[in-house]
Amino acid sequence: MKDLSLHIMDIIQNSVRAEASNVELEIREDLEKDIYSIFIKDDGCGMSDEVLSKVLDPFFTTRTTRKVGLGLSLLKQSAEQTGGKLEIHSKEGVGTELQVLFSHKNIDRPVIGDIAGVIVLLVSANPNMDFIYKHHTIKGEYIFDTKEVKEILEDVSVTDPNIMQYLKELINENLNTII
Amino acid sequence: MAKVKSLADLKRMKEELQSKMDLREKSNDPEGLVQIKVAMATCGIASGAKEVMEFLIEETAKRGIRTVVTQTGCMGYCYAEPTIEVQIPGKEPIVFGDVDIKKADQIVEKYIKNGELVDGIIPVNYKTLD
Repeated sequence: MKDLSLHIMDIIQNSVRAEASNVELEIREDLEKDIYSIFIKDDGCGMSDEVLSKVLDPFFTTRTTRKVGLGLSLLKQSAEQTGGKLEIHSKEGVGTELQVLFSHKNIDRPVIGDIAGVIVLLVSANPNMDFIYKHHTIKGEYIFDTKEVKEILEDVSVTDPNIMQYLKELINENLNTII
Repeated sequence: MAKVKSLADLKRMKEELQSKMDLREKSNDPEGLVQIKVAMATCGIASGAKEVMEFLIEETAKRGIRTVVTQTGCMGYCYAEPTIEVQIPGKEPIVFGDVDIKKADQIVEKYIKNGELVDGIIPVNYKTLD
C-alpha cells in the first residue's frame, strides 16, 4: 500500500463485508508523544475468538477466491516498522475495534495520502452505511459525519458525482485547516 | 484565507442539482444503466483500483454515460488487478484485467460506447460476487 489512506480503505472493506451499518474512523496526531494513531470501530458481525486469533496470519482469509489475506498483516507490518503496533478486539454480534499506532516522526511511517478521496469512495459505494471520520491534531479537530450529510441531501444520493466531488473538497479543505 | 467549505453550502448545491438533474430517474432504474464493479480488496487497492474507480465515476459522468460504479471484492484474479466487471444492459458481464487509467479510458470509449471489445478480458467462467 502506498499510503495510510489505502490501508484504511482496505481495512474498512472488512467492516463492509461484516455487514456493519456504522463505521467510525478516528485519526489522532500527537507530535509531543510522537504518536500517529488510527482507530477504526464497526458494528458488524464481529469474530469468534478462534477467527480473531488467526486474522493477523497472512495465510488466513475467509474468502474462497484466494488463499491469502494480507490486509491486516500489511498494516501491522507497516506499523511495526515504525516501532508501533496493531491491536484488534472483536466480539461476535457486537463488532470489531482496531487500533494502530505509528511513530509520528518515523521516516517509515507512510503519509496519510488521499484520505478525503477514500472516505468519499467508501461513502458512495455503501450508501446504506454511515461513516464518521474524526481527525485530531494539535491545531484542532475535524469531524465528518455522513448522517449529517444525508440529512441535508434528503433524497439526493451520495453516489452523485457532483456531490462526491463536493464532499471530497469539503473534507480536504477542512483537514487543511488542522494539518 | 479563502472560506472553507461547509455543510451549509452543501444544501445550496443539493438544491441546484435537484433543479436541473434527473436524479430520481437514475435511482429508479439501475437495470437500464451500465454497471461497473471495481474489485476493491487488498490486491485491487494495492494495485491502484482507487484511481481507476475515481476515473470511471468522474469520466462517465462527464461524457454523459449513465453508469452505476460500485465496489466488489476479490474475484481471485489478484495477478491481473485492478480488475473491473462491466455489464452493459442486456449483455453478459465482462471482466477486464490490468485496468489502469489508460485502459479504463479505452473501455469507456470502445466497449461501453460502441460495444467493441478491448484487450485484457479475463476469459474464464467466473461467478459474480454478491
